[in-house]
Amino acid sequence: MPPINSGDTAWVLASTALVLLMTPGLALFYGGLVRAKSVLNMMMMSFATVGVVSVLWVAYGYSIAFTTDRYGGLFGGFEALGLRGALDGVTGAEGHGIPVLAFAAFQLMFAIITPALISGAIADRAKFGAWLVFVTLWVSIVYFPVAHWVFGADGWILSKLKAFDFAGGTAVHVNAGAAGLALAIVLGKRLGWKKREGLKPHNVPMVLLGAGLLWFGWFGFNAGSALGANGLAGMAFINTQVATGAALLGWLVVEWMRDGRPTAVGAASGAVAGLVAITPACSTVEPIGAIAIGLIAGAVCALAIGLKYKLGFDDSLDVVGVHLVGGAVGALLIGFFATTLSGGTGDINGLLYGGGIAQLGKQALAVAAVGAYSFAVTWLLGYAIDKTIGFRVSAEAEAEGIDTAEHAESAYELSGPAGGGAFALAGIAPQAPVREEEKRAETVGAE
Amino acid sequence: MKLVTAVIKPHQLDAVKEALASLGVAGLTVSEVQGYGRQKGHTEVYRGAEYTVEFVPKIRIEVVIDEFDAGKVVDALVTAARTGRIGDGKVWVTPVEDVVRVRTGERGLDAL
Repeated sequence: MPPINSGDTAWVLASTALVLLMTPGLALFYGGLVRAKSVLNMMMMSFATVGVVSVLWVAYGYSIAFTTDRYGGLFGGFEALGLRGALDGVTGAEGHGIPVLAFAAFQLMFAIITPALISGAIADRAKFGAWLVFVTLWVSIVYFPVAHWVFGADGWILSKLKAFDFAGGTAVHVNAGAAGLALAIVLGKRLGWKKREGLKPHNVPMVLLGAGLLWFGWFGFNAGSALGANGLAGMAFINTQVATGAALLGWLVVEWMRDGRPTAVGAASGAVAGLVAITPACSTVEPIGAIAIGLIAGAVCALAIGLKYKLGFDDSLDVVGVHLVGGAVGALLIGFFATTLSGGTGDINGLLYGGGIAQLGKQALAVAAVGAYSFAVTWLLGYAIDKTIGFRVSAEAEAEGIDTAEHAESAYELSGPAGGGAFALAGIAPQAPVREEEKRAETVGAE
Repeated sequence: MKLVTAVIKPHQLDAVKEALASLGVAGLTVSEVQGYGRQKGHTEVYRGAEYTVEFVPKIRIEVVIDEFDAGKVVDALVTAARTGRIGDGKVWVTPVEDVVRVRTGERGLDAL
């Protein structure tokens, strides 16, 4: 067994914790963007995903994604169920070995955040139980195989097509974005969507905090994907930073020109769009290329979020506009900005560095394959769940607020007439919604 | 006695309070309210989508005074609350039959 390199292992373990933090960060980002009456459900969709996927990953997810291919580059094997068979393994190049379990933990965090990203498309209206069923089926049928295609040593996108996706522009972002589009279509629009009645974000500072935590955690996502403390990690790290800053600016410029004002929500959204776009490209472009990718992604995503109003689907928090479009932009721009100058992975030059058009074609095929597979399977899953157990809450529950309807909780004591000030001093509690069973019990008692 | 009710811009509360105090008005009640007048709220833009905020936050002031002071108090209040821009608010005056000070039981003007 090759020796374990302690420096590389330390960086991968630290990166793993960083990537985990992205999911609570995403919960804050999404939570701030919804209304006060549905913030808990929004955040719970992310938090509960941590629980579900952690268990499934150990049970069979890791095995499907990362054990030796048996099925033509589509699926891994079943020899690491329960992570047995991986318990004392070492992976990585000679002299840079890391424990397989550290790698498995790192990749688990990617498997967690990908379905969590989808939840933004169906804000305010999905039954919590149906969401858990969806996450279970979706990671099993969509994410685990797609992770094998893109990240597995013998997956077809990595080893046969040789499209480039360093940290998951296709496997994570195009995948989640296409799934979000399918689910938004299956679940339909929220009440009041057409007139946008009261659908505005309820806590913009929370959106910024969430975006900040995503940005912080993303260094683990991208630089951690080097799987070692090395030059590649340094390259991915600086590219992640500058692309994100540039995308923030790109988004603000579009807002300033189109709407007359640059917004805080726009700055946060632009940063996330930049992080998404640089994810596939961060190891194969130079920092100047990363800035260009960020600027383009920020501007394109700021324009793309208007599509849902034109096409008429309620992708509530713009999973399509930011993740599908941003991931595709990043993956495709590799075909232009990839350079061997970067000293990173991939021995390719993009169109702007004297390379041919072949790589761009491969990138487009990878985006199309992941997007089409994810959209089709997600639509079928969503449709099946909706027809069996029902995916959407009742109109009354949606109007009253999904937090009280699905979780019997409300996020804030401060909202509404029974909030702060004199009412709080008087100890007047907000009126709790009475459940149907309690109503019946009371009537029986009264008789 | 008269009840003077004013709905004003939140930022003007301090100025109004000072103006009323300098006239010897002994007490007042304020509350946070929301509403709109002829300007019908304002719009905000999130991710390129416009949202109309119909109800604008305002402060409501209520003060009960001797009816002989009513003209003076209303003038001072209006002067202090005015910025000259849209949304400065409204002031109205209604008659009050009786007032009781809870602690002592005093009635009428003595209770003010």
